[in-house]
Amino acid sequence: MSLLEIHNLHASAAGKEILRGIDLTINPGEVHAVMGPNGAGKSTLSAILTGNPQYEVTQGEILYKGRNLLEMKPEERAWEGLFLSFQYPVEIPGVSMVNFMRTAVNAQREYRGLPALTATEFLRMMREKRAVVQLDNKLANRSVNEGFSGGEKKRNEIFQMAMLEPTLSILDETDSGLDVDALRIVSEGVNRLKSAERSSIVITHYQKLLEYVQPQFVHIVYRGRIVKSGGPELGDRIFAEGFDWVKQEFEG
Amino acid sequence: MNNGPSSEDVLKDLTSSEYKYGFTTDIETDIIPKGLNEDVVRLISAKKQEPDWMLQFRLDAYRYWRQQPVPQWGHVKVDPIDYDNISFYAAPRKKATVGDVDPEIIKTFDKLGIPLHERDMLLGKTSGAELSAVETSSTMAVDAIVDSASQKTTYRDKLAELGIIFCSFGEAVREYPDLVRKYLGKVVPVRDNYYSALNSAVFSDGSFVYIPKGVRCPMELASYFRINSSGTGQFERTLIIADEEAYVSYLEGCTAPMRDENQLHAAVVEIYVHERAEVKYSTVQNWYPGDKLGKGGVYNLVTKRALCAGDFSKVSWTQVETGSAITWKYPSCVLRGDNSQGEFYSVAVTNNYQEADTGTKMIHIGRNTRSRIISKGISAGHSQNSYRGMVKVLPGADGVRNYTQCDSLLLSKTCGAHTFPIMDIQNPTAIIEHEATTSKINEDQLFYCQQRGIKEEDAVSLIVGGYAKEVVQKLPMEFAVEAQKLLSLSIENSVG
Ligand SMILES: Nc1ncnc2c1ncn2[C@@H]1O[C@H](COP(=O)(O)OP(=O)(O)OP(=O)(O)O)[C@@H](O)[C@H]1O
Ligand SMILES: [Mg+2]
Repeated sequence: MSLLEIHNLHASAAGKEILRGIDLTINPGEVHAVMGPNGAGKSTLSAILTGNPQYEVTQGEILYKGRNLLEMKPEERAWEGLFLSFQYPVEIPGVSMVNFMRTAVNAQREYRGLPALTATEFLRMMREKRAVVQLDNKLANRSVNEGFSGGEKKRNEIFQMAMLEPTLSILDETDSGLDVDALRIVSEGVNRLKSAERSSIVITHYQKLLEYVQPQFVHIVYRGRIVKSGGPELGDRIFAEGFDWVKQEFEG
Repeated sequence: MNNGPSSEDVLKDLTSSEYKYGFTTDIETDIIPKGLNEDVVRLISAKKQEPDWMLQFRLDAYRYWRQQPVPQWGHVKVDPIDYDNISFYAAPRKKATVGDVDPEIIKTFDKLGIPLHERDMLLGKTSGAELSAVETSSTMAVDAIVDSASQKTTYRDKLAELGIIFCSFGEAVREYPDLVRKYLGKVVPVRDNYYSALNSAVFSDGSFVYIPKGVRCPMELASYFRINSSGTGQFERTLIIADEEAYVSYLEGCTAPMRDENQLHAAVVEIYVHERAEVKYSTVQNWYPGDKLGKGGVYNLVTKRALCAGDFSKVSWTQVETGSAITWKYPSCVLRGDNSQGEFYSVAVTNNYQEADTGTKMIHIGRNTRSRIISKGISAGHSQNSYRGMVKVLPGADGVRNYTQCDSLLLSKTCGAHTFPIMDIQNPTAIIEHEATTSKINEDQLFYCQQRGIKEEDAVSLIVGGYAKEVVQKLPMEFAVEAQKLLSLSIENSVG
């Protein structure tokens, strides 16, 4: 069974149609890259998948693990292993990373019928996962994303991903704003999670991340549709030639 | 210093949105007949075995009060209070001497999480930074007051070794009459307002604190007020005196059973601060707020004021107000000493049909006096939440500084948040800053939490806790934890 099946997905926000018929299937263990010009609808797709209430599905269906994803609450989707590394991570003043993550991890455990982690267990887990993405302890003790630099926020997203060990992770331009070393560390974090069961959708504008995470599939989103799909060679062509030829093909 | 409680520990404990403190204790209670007249005032005084000067003080207050019109309310609706239908004195009966407390009362306080035994209180699963530090233990002296009478004050002897007096107000009147006479009514005069006059006439019990010159009180002093009997009012009277260079941190907590009737709590708290002394006064107010439809609940009508009498003295009020059907309270600072400082940190949460009208007055009289006001109003349901504040600078007060920040968070479309800041600046050298914001819960923050698997209601609690953190972290650890719990409880099921 495929992990995710999107059929003819149409979606809008603030009355404006953004997605105009997306079809996409993802099987366990696969890494899919999603590319496309600014404003094409990539982040909107991730918002729909994770249940952001600001977006409305007007047509189509999504099956996740065989279930109707659109009927699930955002938190339930998270418990079922859906994770989004936000393009623009949100700051939550006064809420410490420790509290935030512990609430998240224990909510997930509760859903899965596991006992809550004790403070000690949780701290050990934090320490371990922080090491994976080399997230500074100081950041982990601050309020969620508050005053983090752009790169620190992205690294923090991957740290959270490592904590929650998702089945399907969506990385929305996690590589943007990362320095060379951070990009490598973040990519290693992503690769570490790779397994036969886990899949990811990697939204990016840059080649480097794709070199690290090695997607088997590349999709081009343009004007709310996937207008082209292929293997890694499709990515290479975009990096070499840009999107013009895709746009022309699509419009012509 | 504490680093604030771990709010999610706290959230874990929360299973119901019901008021957890709404039980009653079955104790024999001595209640006087309902109604208020001079005989009742005399009876209260007699029950408390007071000296004549105290009785005269009460009678003067009563006679003044009787002639006063009922005050017009700020932004709260109060049903007329029927003083003939309230009993003005109720006290648990079994109490023979101090230290001999009805086991039922000990149980009650255990249930409320207040230790009446003198041993170190072990804090729960909370910690500093938040989980990294391990369990902290701390000592706290407690004065436990049920209805009109103090039941027990712990650590009295240990404190006495330092010359610190911490006892019930009633005992202070009997044992330290000179001190009480010297200070009583000096900060809040009997005739200050309708409720201060009423309180002065019929006040029941409260705490008395005296910290001698140069002494730093080594532990938190806490008073815990509990209304138990029905048909009664509670008239707390607290007097805190910090002599020169003294320091004390004092905490006040309150709960009441759930009842359909509106019960009256009309308190007067006076704080007198001498030169270079400092008093921190923290309140976690959790009187029964009434039910979801606004039936019942405590009317919390309070006059709290501190006088920074000496130079370089300092007072800081911190309050977390989650309970009461109606709250009407403006803990204030009269900054008379030069270079004295007043602070007011407040979180007021209202839900359902609660109404809170709270804020502070900073009266700058001395030179180079400073004040700081941080007020966070959180409103939900159909509640009304008002900040009412006054910053007054007298002509002789050169070099005054005030900073006021006043934030409102709205959790529903049907609640109201209001701010009424009054500035009365009569000296041109004053630097006054005022910031105010009104916001709704941020959808992006909410979604971010939910995407990580945090349930919507827990996410709201987290975000609101974060919003209130600046104030809550001013509380001593024990209270900060309690306050976080109360915050989450009070706003449960409130987003809409
Ligand atoms: N909440 C919203 N309300 C209104 N319009 C929106 C909203 N979210 C997105 N849009 C619009 O929908 C289009 C697609 O936006 P989206 O963020 O999905 O693009 P993207 O492919 O992720 O672009 P980028 O590469 O710049 O991140 C844009 O024109 C954007 O302005
Ligand atoms: Mg985007």
